[in-house]
Amino acid sequence: MDFIAILSIFVLACFVGYYVVWSVTPALHTPLMAVTNAISSVIIVGALIAAAEAENPVAKYLALAGVVMASINIFGGFAVTERMLAMYKKKEK
Amino acid sequence: MSFSLLSAAASGEGATPAWAMLAYLVAGVFFILALRGLSSPATSRAGNRNGMIGMAIAVVTTLIMHGTNLVEIGIAIAIGAILGVTIARRIAMTAMPELVAGFHSLVGLAAVVVGLAAWLNPAAFGITDAAGQINAVSRVELGLGIAIGAITFSGSVIAFLKLSGRMSGSPIMLPGRHVINLGTLAAILVLIGLYTVSPEGGAGEGWMVIAVTALAFAIGFLLIIPIGGADMPVVVSMLNSYSGWAAAAMGFTLGNSAMIITGALVGSSGAILSYIMCRAMNRSFISVIAGGFGAAPEAGGAGAREQRPYKQGSAEDAAYMLEQAESVIIIPGYGMAVAQAQHALREMGDKLREKGVSVKYAIHPVAGRMPGHMNVLLAEASVPYDEVFELEDINSEFAQADVAFIIGANDVVNPAAKTDKSSPIYGMPVFDVDKAKQVFFIKRSMGGVGYAGVDNDVFYMNQTVMLLADAKKMVEEIVKSLD
Repeated sequence: MDFIAILSIFVLACFVGYYVVWSVTPALHTPLMAVTNAISSVIIVGALIAAAEAENPVAKYLALAGVVMASINIFGGFAVTERMLAMYKKKEK
Repeated sequence: MSFSLLSAAASGEGATPAWAMLAYLVAGVFFILALRGLSSPATSRAGNRNGMIGMAIAVVTTLIMHGTNLVEIGIAIAIGAILGVTIARRIAMTAMPELVAGFHSLVGLAAVVVGLAAWLNPAAFGITDAAGQINAVSRVELGLGIAIGAITFSGSVIAFLKLSGRMSGSPIMLPGRHVINLGTLAAILVLIGLYTVSPEGGAGEGWMVIAVTALAFAIGFLLIIPIGGADMPVVVSMLNSYSGWAAAAMGFTLGNSAMIITGALVGSSGAILSYIMCRAMNRSFISVIAGGFGAAPEAGGAGAREQRPYKQGSAEDAAYMLEQAESVIIIPGYGMAVAQAQHALREMGDKLREKGVSVKYAIHPVAGRMPGHMNVLLAEASVPYDEVFELEDINSEFAQADVAFIIGANDVVNPAAKTDKSSPIYGMPVFDVDKAKQVFFIKRSMGGVGYAGVDNDVFYMNQTVMLLADAKKMVEEIVKSLD
């Protein structure tokens, strides 16, 4: 993709982010941080490419370390968000 | 045309095939839906699932395109999964702020690793020009991505240490730190600029990237060191934002729409949360980041404070008054989290409700150590979320309330914020507890002051009864007396 196309996606996504995040209820701000943390680990895509295409062992293990770090975040982030959200209950009746 | 759209790469070697671009776009849309779900607790869990689906799409797409070393990659993912899920299951809800800070540090470090990997092996990432050199635009993106990632990492490590109590929460002030910080920041930008224009393999091209990484690690550390414990909600939000911008920068490098969309979402999310936190303290973002708040007592502050008379009560007194009340508003603060008093507090609320008392919880945006911290703790203690109210929704009700019950909060109920222009917290929105007929204030001792280091007139009001004890013990005793 050329730079302008990427930039367009980025700018529009910033606006989407702005409006979506303002609509998040303040009671869920902690789960919001946990889930944004999990999704920002989509950076794992970069680590996966680096690990798959590595030309030498050092680069490979460095990239694999990145995969481990991002995976901790992805699994930990989604799991802890799920755990928190399961606790939010409405009044009975 | 449709055939070429789905099969052939758009142009050039290493470019992503169209189907994969579409898959990444779909992943990005799922991430938007994940955040959208959080607009209400009822839809939030579906939102979280959408996030998982988006992530699975992004990972599988990448693995299909780059199908080598799959065993090692699988092992790496499994290790991360086991560690991540174990941590997520075991962590105490009160420790959520440091967990989030710890997770941010991992995103930051992963961004640095990816950036360095792309720098060392640019062909694999499709960022080389005809001569095999990294494109100028990609160099800027790489440099920024590595720098933001490194700042996120070291800053989050310090935030983690401060939040978990492994490091003192009080600000640590270095002389001339503003000059050092601005100088380091300028040096990073200059180095990225130099790297962009220098030929690959040319003089100093290698050390420039290394130096950017090292300086960015240093500035993350220097930036967070002088920021005090109760400003951590802003810091954690800010680092959340940085982790997003780091992902976005890497997304630019890889031309990956999932990463760019996510980065923009997370970046805006953290920025908005920082803004909400700053507004709730009536402080500018710059003044929080400059740090040092609450480090030294104000002139005539703690040291020179006169002894003023106050009323002290017992758990029995409190229980008696609470029973007689028609409406009680409970204001929890960081002290409740420290004392782990949320379960006892919910029990007290239940007992009172059985006796026909209306019980509501009032939460200040900056109560606790991260946005929404108190809400999570109350949810953990099974307090229904429709009994928990935000500052602006409940503040008008104090005038009609019989009892304001303050547990582990201080600055957020200080009327000096409304009246005393010289107070460091002047202008901060606070709860109007002084309008309630009766105030109970649980506090460890009269000696301690809130984060801002200022005295609180609520302690000395006629209608205030101080309950000086550990928050959890005091509430448990009140519960016993209510039987």
